[in-house]
Amino acid sequence: MSDEPLLRVSNLTKYYGSRLGCADVNFELYPGEVLAIVGESGSGKTTLLNTLSANLEPTSGEALYRMRDESWRNIYELSEAERRFLTRTDWGFVHQNPADGLRMTVSAGANVGERLMAVGDRHYGKIRDTALDWLGRVEIAADRIDDQPRSFSGGMRQRLQIARNLVTGPRLVFMDEPTGGLDVSVQARLLDLLRQLVGELGLSAIVVTHDLAVARLLSHRMMVMKDGHVIEAGLTDRVLDDPREPYTQLLVSSILQV
Amino acid sequence: MNAVANYNFAYLDEQTKRMIRRAILKAVAIPGYQVPFSSREMPMPYGWGTGGVQVTASIIGPDDVLKVIDQGADDTTNAVSIRAFFAKVAQVQTTTHTAEATIIQTRHRIPERKLEAGQILVYQVPIPEPLRFLEPRETETRKMHALEEYGLMHVKLYEDIARHGRIATTYAYPVKVEGRYVMDPSPTPKFDNPKMHRSEALQLFGAGREHRIYAVPPHTDVVSLDFEDHPFEIQHFEQPCALCGAEQVYLDEVILDDRGGHMYVCSDTDHCEERREAGHVGVLGMQEAAE
Repeated sequence: MSDEPLLRVSNLTKYYGSRLGCADVNFELYPGEVLAIVGESGSGKTTLLNTLSANLEPTSGEALYRMRDESWRNIYELSEAERRFLTRTDWGFVHQNPADGLRMTVSAGANVGERLMAVGDRHYGKIRDTALDWLGRVEIAADRIDDQPRSFSGGMRQRLQIARNLVTGPRLVFMDEPTGGLDVSVQARLLDLLRQLVGELGLSAIVVTHDLAVARLLSHRMMVMKDGHVIEAGLTDRVLDDPREPYTQLLVSSILQV
Repeated sequence: MNAVANYNFAYLDEQTKRMIRRAILKAVAIPGYQVPFSSREMPMPYGWGTGGVQVTASIIGPDDVLKVIDQGADDTTNAVSIRAFFAKVAQVQTTTHTAEATIIQTRHRIPERKLEAGQILVYQVPIPEPLRFLEPRETETRKMHALEEYGLMHVKLYEDIARHGRIATTYAYPVKVEGRYVMDPSPTPKFDNPKMHRSEALQLFGAGREHRIYAVPPHTDVVSLDFEDHPFEIQHFEQPCALCGAEQVYLDEVILDDRGGHMYVCSDTDHCEERREAGHVGVLGMQEAAE
């Protein structure tokens, strides 16, 4: 991890009209660091993620991002062209439902290759080789490259979505419940894969989850949200093993034991 | 004064023609950009060329000579009807000869004879948006055009190669105009794409149902999209036209009987007739002469 953060968020607030989405969020994210945002449904974690990833405009506050040229930019003040370029090259977004992040009617290879073609790759053979390489890294068999994702299982779709996002070598990946809707053994393999990729590529990631086990396995630090506010933040093992806030204590003690 | 009310010259009222001309001027100024216009109801169903007819009606003058082709042919229902329509409402001279025409309204083909400066080619366009089947949201496709995000267009070509081993798109093949806008050249076969490149004639595209007009001014670059290792290529035919013996032209297959007999003839009927008048004959043309 480097000494200089990748993302600096200060006083980020999002209202939907008069209703609060999330309020006064402050944090810094360092290169190679995984931050988990946990909390119950309706606590504002998805609002926060969508605002951080510039899908939503905040009501107030700012998020400074260190661009590849080392300049600091407020992501809400980028022009639309710059922001869209940033989101499809230097960022990734893994949706809970893979159908939201994939093109279901084009082949797996084209799904992975789309970002390459968007940044100007015009050599079919090279695009295909890169796609094959990435399918291998997310454990999808090479002979499925020309199949459409709708013929894939849920776990495969999710892995394909990850490959599609990582192909341009992003530095920051947003994940919204990446293991939601998968059965536990598939979840375990996906978590394993994510952990490995994050480690190998030195990715920074912001992961929204309601599953504390996912947070424990993936993240270095976590933030607990309730009613739109961050009520507790700290190192993942500290928060989970020694929760201070009553709500966090409740959350941790609600984990089912097998 | 006539007792019976007459149509205004070229059917449309003058205000409408001015509105459409403004759209055309804007389209010419921004090659390949789809200009919205307030498309009118025409006395024919959508899909029959209402966009092309409105463009033609707005630019035609009493001295113009009009040619209308449908699939390259001057004698199909659509072509005959539209020609008759303008002969009636604008009293203009009509022709089937490409060289004589000042305005050529077309569906599907560009004439084989090279178009010259001063001629205008008007296309009837069903779906003007090249990204439509890849991205259904109009707000999103407009944004993609504005920001020049055309990666998706190559996703389609990638899919073609992955599925068929080559780019299997044969018509409405996407082109990039003057290095900026990606444009759908309407359902013309890709055989005609190279003819659009730096053409001396003005090319106007009208999509009536979709309310869009776009244009390629003369001498404009029109480049078909492709991959470095799968370059763009046009269709090739193994035999010449059966009637006039023409090569390097676009051919239609014509079924002759119910025993598998068929022949290939020029899709451009005027081109074929002119060649035969000049003495060129193909395989079946010779038999005809012998009988």
